Amino acid sequence: MQTLKEIRTRIKSVSSTRQITAAMKMVAAAKLRKAQDAILRLRPYASAMHHILLNVTVGAEKNGNKIFTENREPENILIVLVTANRGLCGAFNANVIKHVRMLTEEKYTQQLGNKQVHFICIGKKGYDFLRLRQYPVLAHDQELGEKPRFEEAAKLADELKTWFIEKKYDRIYLVYNQFKNAAVQMPVAEMFLPLRMEKKPSGWQRPADYIMEPSRDVLLEELIPRSLRIQLFKALTDSYAAEQGARMTAMHQATDNATELLRELQLTYNKARQAAITKELSEIVGGADAL
Amino acid sequence: MKVEIISPVEKIYTGEIKLLQVPGSLGSFQVLKNHAPIVSTLREGVIRIIDQTDRESRFPVTGGVIEVKKNRIVVLVETVKS
Repeated sequence: MQTLKEIRTRIKSVSSTRQITAAMKMVAAAKLRKAQDAILRLRPYASAMHHILLNVTVGAEKNGNKIFTENREPENILIVLVTANRGLCGAFNANVIKHVRMLTEEKYTQQLGNKQVHFICIGKKGYDFLRLRQYPVLAHDQELGEKPRFEEAAKLADELKTWFIEKKYDRIYLVYNQFKNAAVQMPVAEMFLPLRMEKKPSGWQRPADYIMEPSRDVLLEELIPRSLRIQLFKALTDSYAAEQGARMTAMHQATDNATELLRELQLTYNKARQAAITKELSEIVGGADAL
Repeated sequence: MKVEIISPVEKIYTGEIKLLQVPGSLGSFQVLKNHAPIVSTLREGVIRIIDQTDRESRFPVTGGVIEVKKNRIVVLVETVKS
């Protein structure tokens, strides 16, 4: 049986923990709203880009240039891992890291052994994990994931593109948490490069005969890098929103647990207090009887 | 005809217009009603719009893409200099 004082201390500490988790939940909720807003704002651009690209590529499969689609033997792999900078967001980081391990250890076992799988980490948690296991980390950044800005995402996307074209890497992946809704995140591994030509969606009609200026090839060379930039930016924005969602859910649960714990502790405290009083009373009565 | 100018972080302009002038890679060109379908890249320059009320708006851009189809115009730009 704990003493009254011990229980009182525990109640105090649990209730202050509860205050912190409740505050974190509220902060995450506010950030989540902003992050969702950012997703909504980039959506028209992304879908228009996708649409135009689709219209331009139709008919370009056969003789188009292949610098972005070239399917080389996968020798050098680059993985861009997007995680959060901080913990306390449930299984958010663990899930995406697990995904990376699945991808590398199953699909690219040999390259992993030869140290031909390199990483770029956005977010501290992924970096910590990989560094601990001495994976080759090319670069890491802690700000891009915290506040995704298009200009910087574009810069990184351009760099990745150059590396692919220069054949420094044969496969480039983005591994991040996709934002489904506030409570659900899905870790995904997206192939960034080489590009896979998309199948025409069902019900697809050959678009109007476009005038293509300057020419289809030049257009594609301009459009594809742009579409890569938005793809990377979208991944970062998604991951950020997913992080806030995960943190909000995790903190909500923590707050609930603390409330429940507090209720139980209060009950034990009251019982112990009553027991002490009863004991004291009966001692007094017993003492009085003895006189 | 309807035009939308979109950047990754916001919709910069949407509305019914009479005329659109863009800095195409092969030279500046105008889009009026019933223009033939076209996809073109843009270079650095100014997008000029004249809307239904004859008001003129200008948007300096660093490059982008334009698609015109059936009197619907979509202009994608990455950055707009303010």
